[in-house]
Amino acid sequence: MADTKTKEKEPLFSKKNLGLVKDPLADNNPITVQVLGICSALAITAELKASVIMALSVIFVTAMGNVVISLMRNIIPNSIRIITQLVVAATLVILVDLTLKAFVPDLAKKLSVFIGLIITNCIIMGRFEAFALGNTPWKSFLDGIGNGLGYGVILVIVGFFRELLGSGKLFGIEILGNPVDKTGLYALGYENNGFMLLAPMALITLGLIIGFQRSRNKSLIEETH
Amino acid sequence: MDLLQLFLKSIFIDNMVFATFLGMCSYLAVSKKVSTAVGLGAAVIFVMLVTVPLNYLLDQYLLRPGALVWLGEEYVDYDLSFLTFILFIATIATMVQLVEMIVEKFAPALYNSLGIFLPLIAVNCAILGGSLFMQQKEFNNITEATVYGVGSGIGWFLAILAIGAIREKIRYSNVPPAFRGLGITFILTGLMAIGFMSFGGMLTGGDEAPKKEVVEAIPPTEMKEVTPVEEVKSDSTAVETVKDSLTEIAQN
Repeated sequence: MADTKTKEKEPLFSKKNLGLVKDPLADNNPITVQVLGICSALAITAELKASVIMALSVIFVTAMGNVVISLMRNIIPNSIRIITQLVVAATLVILVDLTLKAFVPDLAKKLSVFIGLIITNCIIMGRFEAFALGNTPWKSFLDGIGNGLGYGVILVIVGFFRELLGSGKLFGIEILGNPVDKTGLYALGYENNGFMLLAPMALITLGLIIGFQRSRNKSLIEETH
Repeated sequence: MDLLQLFLKSIFIDNMVFATFLGMCSYLAVSKKVSTAVGLGAAVIFVMLVTVPLNYLLDQYLLRPGALVWLGEEYVDYDLSFLTFILFIATIATMVQLVEMIVEKFAPALYNSLGIFLPLIAVNCAILGGSLFMQQKEFNNITEATVYGVGSGIGWFLAILAIGAIREKIRYSNVPPAFRGLGITFILTGLMAIGFMSFGGMLTGGDEAPKKEVVEAIPPTEMKEVTPVEEVKSDSTAVETVKDSLTEIAQN
């Protein structure tokens, strides 16, 4: 995904810079490997559309926040950096919240407090603290995009399975046929698993994704429990 | 009675971890041992007890549309609700800092046991989530808000205590390598969340329990009509709507 976009301007995208975007997508994924930012994410993954909007919001906040913090990194006093970071994150989240309320009011209502909770999403604070405070704005921007994307990928995968298995739809379009009229797959006796739409299945789906990723990449396996 | 109901509801039915996934980061990171889990849990209860009522006052007298009317009639049109996030998070960060300093000064023993966890709490989603849900639920008075805050804190405490105990025990089990650590913790949390869903009928005098079984036993054709109504809504409100409908039935 990153390659096609970045090939146009060569000098800015050295191999190292590309790595900043690519690493978080798989081997250094913020959710499955760094264990950051699970908080505000899972409750809204019952539908794919909400997952995509949430992912885009987080990408925006991580990327822009990283740039802002990186620009200010030399003037932030060490003792109040946490509050500064929170204020920067909160400002960006207010922008996202007002934008969503203006353009997709229905969805904004559905996401309710979870947009606000992006502020305390550990990915944001983690990247501000671990990367943006010590790197140049351009690198921080790429790092923010990468981590936001890595977060979004997991969100979209979970949302995909939950909406497909739970209500037989994707983006609200009935992919498997209409369950009431018994068309498509439902004519063969297929049934939706309504349980997928409830809270516990989000956790179990994520657990299975983590297990799958670690069985593919043995180096990620934890020694202790 | 209503307060008790609200208290139990915020602990068991709307549990922060199992129903709304809040505070998952520290829930996963600090639950390897029961002793540390208890420390963080206690700190969360304490901070919730302070911040939720404080943010309630902020919301009542500063943020909601028309809240500034106490300044004079001409302020009645002001709506500062867009400042919610920034003010709530500032309150929380300040209070955490303040609580840390006070505890350090007056209760050194408590500070030594909670100390390292207090700064972590400023970025715990459960705290901000508690305040944001408090604003969404529109409580009538500050007592309700306080009870809700404490209840949510205790719910979170119970969750982290339980997973801490399970993780200490699971060390002796032969978990498949790929699921060790994070994977199995997520699946365990999911199973615990299924268990907590059974508290859903607690406050309706058990009327809900047989009803739910009926829903599950209905032949598949009718199931279709039931699921979209109840479950398309976001997870936390689903329980609420069921409960609301039941109280309506009870009143009739």
